[in-house]
Amino acid sequence: MIELAIDSGDTAWILVASALVLIMTPGVGLFYGGMVRRKNVITLITLSFISMIIVSIQWITVGYSMAFGPDIGGIIGSLKYFFLDGIGFEAFEGTQIPHIVFIVYQMMFAIITLAILVSAVAERSKLSGFILFGLLWITVVYCAFAHWVWGGGWLSEIGALDFAGGMVVHISSGFSALALAIVVGRRRGFGEHSIEPHNLPITLLGAGLLWFGWFGFNGGSALAANGLAANAILVTNTSAVVAALVWICFTWSKGKPGSLGVVTGALAGLAAVTPAAGFIDVKGAAAIGLISGILCYFAMNLRIKKGLDETLDAWAIHGVGGAWGCLAVAIFSKESIGGYSGLLYGSTELLIPQVLMVVVSIVYAIAATFVLAKIVDVLVGLRVNEEEEYVGLDISQHGEVAYT
Amino acid sequence: MTMKKIEAIVRPEKLDCVKKELEKVGVFGMTITEVKGRGEQKGITLQFRGRKMEVDLLPKIKLEIVVKEEEVDKTLKTIQESARTGKYGDGKIFVIPVERSIRVRTGEVGV
Repeated sequence: MIELAIDSGDTAWILVASALVLIMTPGVGLFYGGMVRRKNVITLITLSFISMIIVSIQWITVGYSMAFGPDIGGIIGSLKYFFLDGIGFEAFEGTQIPHIVFIVYQMMFAIITLAILVSAVAERSKLSGFILFGLLWITVVYCAFAHWVWGGGWLSEIGALDFAGGMVVHISSGFSALALAIVVGRRRGFGEHSIEPHNLPITLLGAGLLWFGWFGFNGGSALAANGLAANAILVTNTSAVVAALVWICFTWSKGKPGSLGVVTGALAGLAAVTPAAGFIDVKGAAAIGLISGILCYFAMNLRIKKGLDETLDAWAIHGVGGAWGCLAVAIFSKESIGGYSGLLYGSTELLIPQVLMVVVSIVYAIAATFVLAKIVDVLVGLRVNEEEEYVGLDISQHGEVAYT
Repeated sequence: MTMKKIEAIVRPEKLDCVKKELEKVGVFGMTITEVKGRGEQKGITLQFRGRKMEVDLLPKIKLEIVVKEEEVDKTLKTIQESARTGKYGDGKIFVIPVERSIRVRTGEVGV
């Protein structure tokens, strides 16, 4: 590949986008923290910071190399870039940004993906178990997924597309959360007495930070400061508002439109548009948002009806939204935007790759997470004991109280 | 008319259940407060790397209910049964005589 010159505009934008994605991680923490009981709020926010710490270290040592290093059999990257060896300021292939900017930007995606997964163990996680599980999961699941579709692996070979992480971030965290929640088991008292969110303003603040950061998440995935980045931001916002409106309609028709439903709907739209943001126009985005709002709403109700304590709905929102978005790429992609055509524009070329990507990633995420969770549960334990759970994780895991 | 005040300290997660059961036997009025307390077990002792960590004051809910004397027994029974889990920390119930009671809106006495 021809090495292009560094472009300062592109570089500046991706540096800013990296910071935008970074703030999404404490954003997830706040979003989750408000939805749990007051005895667990510190833990839920802290687990986001724990994700930053363990994933950053994993990423600069082996993670980046496994995801984006020279391909081995289409499955994983080699350890050529162990500890980022030999990577300098030269342009990353196919872009006009320095290679290290790309590493920083991608690191933020890995971090937030683990933070989303916290949903599955909310209010019962054992800190040591989470750290060990997180390290294993980011290596075995996240790095493989990133390599398959972004790092020159088999999915990119067959022509599958994932613009900003519908599969790598959202299917992976969402469906892994489902498996993890099943291994960890329900919270004590779940289904017996009501467990209410303790501080919705914190949740709304977190959702606001997520929405804000998502402009960097999807807009930055153009890897350049250009029209494609602007289009990505526009379609991202469009899908979010349409999905939020769908949730307002659903909840209003059954009573009052609660604030939690408004932001949850927006997140469903944001997750769903992520894989498609570089390939669709606003009309496609509105359709994606509409359908994601409906699908995720029913997924959440199904989850509750089944008595599954995937506590903060990473599966229903990120998993289902992300899966729908990946399929939507094959439907709504428009050649004039990203160079690919979907079913709506008369091309079936994306159908098989996108379906294959969704199916394989769901199966792999569930299976790998199930095995890793079982291993960690036996080795150090994934959940706290009954008394620690009753007293709350803030005291039992951190020795602190949020509100005195 | 003799009135009694019932003060019940129960688990916060049992409040909904207690309220529901009390409504079934016709007891509606109540005042609740979020409180912290401990009993003879001195709270919960957590093991942390072999060290002990005591969480002595645990969150509870205090219900204050004033009823006529003849309603005391059924109210006590309802609270005791609906707040019970069988584990330490289920709480306690006290019955206290009320000298007088006045309804603010009307000035009625003994209601």
